[in-house]
Amino acid sequence: MTAVELGRAISRKEIKPEEALGAVYGSIAEKDKSVNAYISLSREQAEAQLRAGGAEGGLLRGVPVSVKDNICTKGVLTSCASRILSNYIPVYDATAVAKVKSAGMPIVGKLNMDEFAMGSTSETSYYGSVKNPNDLTRVPGGSSGGAAAAVAAGEAICALGSDTGGSIRQPASYCGVTGFKPTYGYVSRYGLIAYASSLDQIGPIAKDVADCAAIMDVISGHDAHDSTSLNIEHPSYYGSLTGEIRGKRIGIPEECFGEGVDEDVKAAVLACGKTLEGLGAELVPVRLPFMKYVVPTYYIIATAEASSNLSRFDGVKYGFRAENVDSIDDLYIETRSQGFGKEVQRRILLGTFVLSSGYYNAYYKKALLLKRKIIEGFAGAFAACDAILCPTAPTTAPKLGESLNDSMKMYLSDIFTVSVNLAGLPGLSVPCGKDGNGLPVGAQLIGAAGHDADVLNIGHAFQLATSFHKRKTR
Amino acid sequence: MWETVIGLEVHVELSTKSKIFCSCSTAFGGEPNTQCCPVCMGMPGTLPVFNKQVLEYAAKAAIALHCEISRTTVFDRKNYFYPDLPKAYQISQLYSPIGRNGYMEIEVDGETKRIGIHEMHMEEDAGKLIHSEFDNETYPDYNRCGVPLIEIVSEPDFRSAKEVVAYLEKLKSMCEYLGISDCKMQEGSMRADVNLSVRKKGDTAFGVRTETKNVNSFRAIEHAIEFETARQIDILESGGTVKQETRHWNEDRRTGVAMRSKENAQDYRYFPDPDLPPVVLSEEYIEQLTSSLPELSEVRRARFTQEYALSDYAAGRLTASKALADLFENTVKLCNEPKETANWLIECLPKALDDAGVAFEDADISFETFAEFIGAIRSKTINKNVGMKVLAAMVKEGSSFDLKGYIEKNGMAMIDDTDMIRAAVKKVLAENQKSVEEYRAGKTKVLGFLIGQVMRSLGGKANPASVNAVMAEELNG
Repeated sequence: MTAVELGRAISRKEIKPEEALGAVYGSIAEKDKSVNAYISLSREQAEAQLRAGGAEGGLLRGVPVSVKDNICTKGVLTSCASRILSNYIPVYDATAVAKVKSAGMPIVGKLNMDEFAMGSTSETSYYGSVKNPNDLTRVPGGSSGGAAAAVAAGEAICALGSDTGGSIRQPASYCGVTGFKPTYGYVSRYGLIAYASSLDQIGPIAKDVADCAAIMDVISGHDAHDSTSLNIEHPSYYGSLTGEIRGKRIGIPEECFGEGVDEDVKAAVLACGKTLEGLGAELVPVRLPFMKYVVPTYYIIATAEASSNLSRFDGVKYGFRAENVDSIDDLYIETRSQGFGKEVQRRILLGTFVLSSGYYNAYYKKALLLKRKIIEGFAGAFAACDAILCPTAPTTAPKLGESLNDSMKMYLSDIFTVSVNLAGLPGLSVPCGKDGNGLPVGAQLIGAAGHDADVLNIGHAFQLATSFHKRKTR
Repeated sequence: MWETVIGLEVHVELSTKSKIFCSCSTAFGGEPNTQCCPVCMGMPGTLPVFNKQVLEYAAKAAIALHCEISRTTVFDRKNYFYPDLPKAYQISQLYSPIGRNGYMEIEVDGETKRIGIHEMHMEEDAGKLIHSEFDNETYPDYNRCGVPLIEIVSEPDFRSAKEVVAYLEKLKSMCEYLGISDCKMQEGSMRADVNLSVRKKGDTAFGVRTETKNVNSFRAIEHAIEFETARQIDILESGGTVKQETRHWNEDRRTGVAMRSKENAQDYRYFPDPDLPPVVLSEEYIEQLTSSLPELSEVRRARFTQEYALSDYAAGRLTASKALADLFENTVKLCNEPKETANWLIECLPKALDDAGVAFEDADISFETFAEFIGAIRSKTINKNVGMKVLAAMVKEGSSFDLKGYIEKNGMAMIDDTDMIRAAVKKVLAENQKSVEEYRAGKTKVLGFLIGQVMRSLGGKANPASVNAVMAEELNG
């Protein structure tokens, strides 16, 4: 049952919210030992929230939602899957959390992820790897791997994830679910523990586009606590889902169908294009000539910001603190060496390096210039089309442990998603088929900034015409 | 043969009600950690939101310092680890500060000198660490985190401590006029770091400089400059080289000690803060601020010399403090006695304040009372002598001071009854025959003594002019 279907059933009193919540916990009890999608469960708070009631009667009232563990929940552990925050209990709710709560959605628990959202496999968590429910020997993608896996396994009805370089879309693709990264500034970042502030965005992971749109109606909007949140009128995203896409021009960038992309992936995504064409859309070739710069640009900007954002975890105020230290410098060094995992330390060092005096101009400043070029490049492409279609990731889910020891391989797997964050665009990943191993393939639809409703509607039209998103996981 | 070269970095705390990036109070002296929230404590996930009042105050300062105003000004992060800095970075400005290339004119020994302002930027203050003697631990107090500051960086244009103090006094006066800060050095709302080097007179290249921190009063700045100048000259004269370093001033011991050298200098890894969009200052906004700036001290000083026919010196003394100049103007509006008012404010008020141990800012003198006071002097209700006593009482009691009641209660009204004065004069002359003879023999010096005796016998309340006149009649008649 999707979130919207469940919400309808609840409003028709066919299902009690308590039963729906109980069923989710039942499913977690049954499956999470093998999937490891959750870091903590907040059953008491969720039940108390339902008892308290008081929420307005929106589409999703009573529908349980699970939240990635880098989004602050008042009174509930928010660890970022890191040892350094393994005892951190926020004193406030993130704006997105406050919004789902006031929409009457109980929060099931906190979802596993790559430590501080740094990774593409959900293997860098202090709480252990998340497994892909489609094949438990494979990764679910990352960093919102817990969210995608939980939705795919039926351990969550829907989830809030975060996407800095593909962290919603790529795991959605690997797990065969739907994930949406909104235009930068559409959902408040207040309470999202920052990885790279200029790229981070909260978004939904769910069973289909309709659910994602319904969740967007709850979480989007201007927030006075976030200076980067856009002060605009949002349409009803759910209400914009007409399924009508006749005359829409879908751009097919040749850069995204070349070397390094699995043949099965190419075939499935191109078939998705054919389906859209059959629905009345027009396929047009577009160029994204900046593609070879996106990964280095992303890793310079993201790690630079991360090195500063993660400095506050120093053992002084909250979180893990190293014992047996004899100076303040020692406290910093030991706390951070013991508290952060390898990948996080690697990115902090990389970011520290690119910002250090003498290298700032050569790396960080140049990366900002390239970011501008990428924005302009996309603007050029969108002059000729309404949305771009490409694979979400070049491959399907790799085996556990396969990419962990090969950082470059892992970084390159982000190639189709990171440019969307650099340009601040909306990006949607929808299931569009399976590879030879029966693993889900995701198609990514990218829109111009602010065209979130358009992108969602194209994805919705595709899902009305196909059933890839309905396939049961093994 | 040596010349001291000094540049200043001055931090001024802006007197906005709330902090620069959250709505916490900026009040001074609260219990530790009672004026902070998740934002200024840097809790994970929180974000800064810029307080527009800070922009207004900072822009006013930049305009008053004749700076070029950045049309787009950007906040940068200054990254370093310290327990009083909860985010481990300070939100400051490096690449696009709000103001650049300004100046301020100062006056030293009658000469006007222009001090260049290299740049001026906005930033947040850090917290402070409190060392507990009780358990020998250090605790952070985050109340001050996020209190808005402007940092004004001068060019190395100062050549003496006198110039530095004149500049700081002018800066304090400017902030007071603009209403953007109270500049209390003892409360840390104005702090100066002193960059100092020495060179042989006539040299054009600068020597190696040191930066002295923790100079918390005008006196301390003079001492620190004196000390550091002597220290560097000693090193150079004995053939050594000055090390570029940061030094900490200890005013109690009148000595500075090295904190860290340039080799250990921190790399702050400044970069634009992605949480804060660039701040755009429109032409309209800048124009509106410029035209709304209050009349600053120089302009007011010139006006005072013309409008009130005051000397340049008197006008300068009065306008150095906005509050003092306001008291002057408001008083004169009521009593129309500019000269008398200026004299009392410049010559007598400082002594009265000193004696009472009260700062002018805290004296709370009402201009109505002061005008009444000047009126009493001019109408000869009280004489100058008594006036000093009245002023002292006024300073102590502040705005609630009842002038008339005080004069009556203490029987201070001036005696100008000629018969009464003549009786007193006659009595003094009769008792001091020897002095009278000396006077008549040409030793006119004794006149002062005789008049003093008369004044004393009348309790100091007699009109001196009348005493003089009657005395002359009695002696010469």
